[in-house]
Amino acid sequence: MSVAPKREDYDVVVIGAGPAGLAAAATSAEAGLSTLLLDENIGPGGQVFRAISSTPVTNRNQLGADYWIGADLVQSLRASSAEVIHRATVWSLDRNLDIAVSICGASAFVRAKRVILATGALERPFPIPGWTLPGVMTAGAAQTMLKSSALVPDGRTVIAGQGPLLWLLAAQILRLGGRIDRILDTTTRGNYFAALPHAFAFLSSPYFAKGLSMMREVKAKVQVVSGVTELAAFGDGQLANVSYVAGGKRETIPADLLLLHQGVVPNVNLAMAAGIEHRWDDLQLCWSPVLDGSGNSSVAGIAIAGDGAGIGGANAAIVRGRIAARAAVEALAPAAAAKLAPMATLRADLAKAERGRVFLDTLFRPAPQFRIPSGDTVVCRCEEVTAKDVLDSVAIGATGPNQLKAYRRTGMGPCQGRLCGLTVTELMAQARGKTPQEIGYYRLRAPVKPITLAELAAVPKSEDDVKAVVRG
Amino acid sequence: MFKRSEQDKRPQVQIFVDGVAVAARQGDTVSAALLASGRDARRSTAVSGAPRLPYCMMGVCFDCLVTIDGVGNRQGCLVPVAEGMQIEIQKGKREIGR
Repeated sequence: MSVAPKREDYDVVVIGAGPAGLAAAATSAEAGLSTLLLDENIGPGGQVFRAISSTPVTNRNQLGADYWIGADLVQSLRASSAEVIHRATVWSLDRNLDIAVSICGASAFVRAKRVILATGALERPFPIPGWTLPGVMTAGAAQTMLKSSALVPDGRTVIAGQGPLLWLLAAQILRLGGRIDRILDTTTRGNYFAALPHAFAFLSSPYFAKGLSMMREVKAKVQVVSGVTELAAFGDGQLANVSYVAGGKRETIPADLLLLHQGVVPNVNLAMAAGIEHRWDDLQLCWSPVLDGSGNSSVAGIAIAGDGAGIGGANAAIVRGRIAARAAVEALAPAAAAKLAPMATLRADLAKAERGRVFLDTLFRPAPQFRIPSGDTVVCRCEEVTAKDVLDSVAIGATGPNQLKAYRRTGMGPCQGRLCGLTVTELMAQARGKTPQEIGYYRLRAPVKPITLAELAAVPKSEDDVKAVVRG
Repeated sequence: MFKRSEQDKRPQVQIFVDGVAVAARQGDTVSAALLASGRDARRSTAVSGAPRLPYCMMGVCFDCLVTIDGVGNRQGCLVPVAEGMQIEIQKGKREIGR
């Protein structure tokens, strides 16, 4: 099945069909703007509402009420005039708002008056010894399989890390009859005190009661070890053991599956490749785009909504999507904006959705030893570069992530730095006594996902295009 | 490592992994079908030959790279299974022309 975009020009192109993208596309189309939604996945939902239209998990209580909110968003989108293409990988976006998208092995090109990036988040790298072993996965990976294919862990399973998603996943696995042998909580003890001043906002947010009841549900069935300060996976070509230290005591347990999670970070690749300015966020420990109150970035015409704008969770993402879309409508068809919810209402909704976020960010700020590895621990999974390799390169003159590419090829493998970028920045910053902001990040460029040379060669070209590259 | 929930009533789809018939379900991604099959689906890396399985299942890590219907280096976690699909586990680098 190959579906190319119906037009070459759109008022608004939204990239990503998670909470922010679904809300943005529906809002923009409702206001009468020609709207295209491009999404890499098989169906709508992004990660949080993954497989919302197709999940085989029919017992609604098992995935929880927060998941099924996604069905309403999809319904609104389908009721609108927005054009939606799935399995569409955007591989280029530039300052002219020209978009290149790969659909079933063929590239198409569209131009937008406004682009709303809703490319969401990815799980923060968790570079512990042995994290490349088969049998070590992210918690999000297990949740993806659970939602889209009703698959649950069957063998000896350990979940390690911290943050709300970890508890949600554990509860969902147990509800579906899956197995969890132990949960290793890496939340830093000192973070509880640091988070205390922000506790009031959290206590009065909906997260509090939900989080507490989920933790109770899980703790009734699974042994939970808190205060874990060291973590490693061992095995010969396959995970065999998980070793950890808690309360100064080391323990090693046999395991077939280790699920890691220490929060999520913005997926910056497309935004950075488009030239959008990002800054280091010292609380969330990641790169976040510089945006105004409507999500507009440093590149004229491109807005960012959802977790790609800075981690805020699904409810905030939905509202940010509506805000970015309303701003696009105000710019392109001001009269139509009257149909939409007023900006003041949306901003109030956003403030409500973001309540308690600082508490969560502070409490679940991952400890340095789980972000900045040492010795033989792999940093760059694609090119198999270790922490020691990076430090050796710093010792002989590598100044930052871009120079490091020439020394070690870090970030030059197929994942294009998605799973090593933050680690490389923090590791080099620490080694050189600089801040992550000073050290910087990989310079990202199109294509932001690999495409075949055959696909590039098949792109339609004009006589001028050929003249531009032929010598003589 | 993983098992299917009994409530999963999706129709079966037959795929072939290195020539062997494997029962997947409609809507599975190639990576999910491989992990659910119980077969040894470990690829080996292009750099050192180290064994790997999918890590993120959301299109980010590229550890699910697999040959699908003769095309190498596909992200198995982004491609849905189809009846008769031919999957080959990748060993080492992608071959020229595949």
